[in-house]
Amino acid sequence: MSGVRVLVGTRKGAFVLTADGKRERWQVAGPFFSGWEIYHLKGSPVDPQVIYASQSSGWFGQKIQRSNDGGATWSPVGDKFAYEGPTGNHQWYDGTPHPWEFKRVWHLEPSLTDPNTVYAGVEDAALFRTTDGGQTWHELAGLRNNGTGSKWCPGAGGMCLHTILIDPTNHERMYIAISAAGAFRTDNGGKSWLPINQGLRSEYIPDPKAEVGHCVHRIAFHPTRPNTLFMQKHWDVLRSDNAGELWHEVSGNLPTDFGFVIDVHAHEPETIYVVPIKSDSEHFVHEGKLRVYRSRTGGNDWEPLTVGLPQENCYVNVLRDAMAVDSLDDCGIYFGTTGGQVYCSPNGGDRLLPIVRDLPPVVSVEVQTLP
Amino acid sequence: MIRVLLPYHLRVLANISGEVQLDVVAPITQRSILDALEVKYPVLAGTIRDHGSSQRRPLIRFFACEEDRSFDDPDAALPDSIAHGTEPFFIVGAIAGG
Repeated sequence: MSGVRVLVGTRKGAFVLTADGKRERWQVAGPFFSGWEIYHLKGSPVDPQVIYASQSSGWFGQKIQRSNDGGATWSPVGDKFAYEGPTGNHQWYDGTPHPWEFKRVWHLEPSLTDPNTVYAGVEDAALFRTTDGGQTWHELAGLRNNGTGSKWCPGAGGMCLHTILIDPTNHERMYIAISAAGAFRTDNGGKSWLPINQGLRSEYIPDPKAEVGHCVHRIAFHPTRPNTLFMQKHWDVLRSDNAGELWHEVSGNLPTDFGFVIDVHAHEPETIYVVPIKSDSEHFVHEGKLRVYRSRTGGNDWEPLTVGLPQENCYVNVLRDAMAVDSLDDCGIYFGTTGGQVYCSPNGGDRLLPIVRDLPPVVSVEVQTLP
Repeated sequence: MIRVLLPYHLRVLANISGEVQLDVVAPITQRSILDALEVKYPVLAGTIRDHGSSQRRPLIRFFACEEDRSFDDPDAALPDSIAHGTEPFFIVGAIAGG
């Protein structure tokens, strides 16, 4: 029988949650790397037993761990992330120039074709790649050197490259997103990059329609329609139907369009999910109610999903990498909160149940659909 | 034999229980101890000193014979009691962050 493995990164370690295809009874393993911040874990689509984890600490720096047995055991691999060539400056919070400084790995994206090739999105924003299973990492410096880097600036969480999408129909094409620079696309395997932020409007920057400088929180696509992108920006939910050339807002009837996560149903390319957060000043859910909002029309028309979720006195956040979907016939939706809950809906969001309630604050959630 | 005490998270990371004992070629300095430590436990590279600059990470402190040696020249000789192994060299994670 098929099953799922949910990879959970938290402020104080990693957890691996497993269940069969019914997704009712769960086994919880962990904490792994207890006491360390685990920003992200992700498995190889080619070999699901190979999983990479970003392990970091303000005291002890960055480590990368690799598992070859589905998360049961782990071994450290390479962790040198050296920018290529002169680093130059980006903008600091006050607008002054500030040199690039490596801080941590936010996101690991294994290749769609090779379990030893992985992309890493880091703070200060840059994209790295390993082709030897994590032993060595090399910057794809065309992104940082695309000519706009001096205008990038950190968001409240740091200047992080947090989203990496690889086009399954064209491996030369990738999308990335940076807070606070915006979204970028390469059409030549990462050699050169274009800002793709036309249509975004951000009132909190000097030029609300600037080419770069937007605080993009997350982008997502359906693998069969990689030219249609969905974005949760700082404020605003948007979509693009031409590979990011132009975006338009689809916030529609959301109670607030601030938020972090956005994801797409595994079998319905126009069904998307967000978790509205009250505001950028109050990073908790609106009205004390934890609600996932689903649109079956690719945006604009949204319905709240509340069954199984607390509807009073709830003040958690759902961070940008903390939502995922499985690809079982009845698509499962997963998300984790800063209150330490990880929820699963085995039926596309109609009913949500907590898998675990009391983990450390959840930073990331990924799910593997197992044969 | 040089004795080194590491913070909890680094002991777990390197699968170390208790105190580390190192053969270090003289002179006995912060640098020579840390070089030997990273040779014996490669996973510790980058956790105490920055990969690129080899500078002490900001929230790490070094103590020897009850004195803070964090800001000493890394090539300065450490006290004889460290060199003779009668006192351990302490690597400490700063108490910060709540």
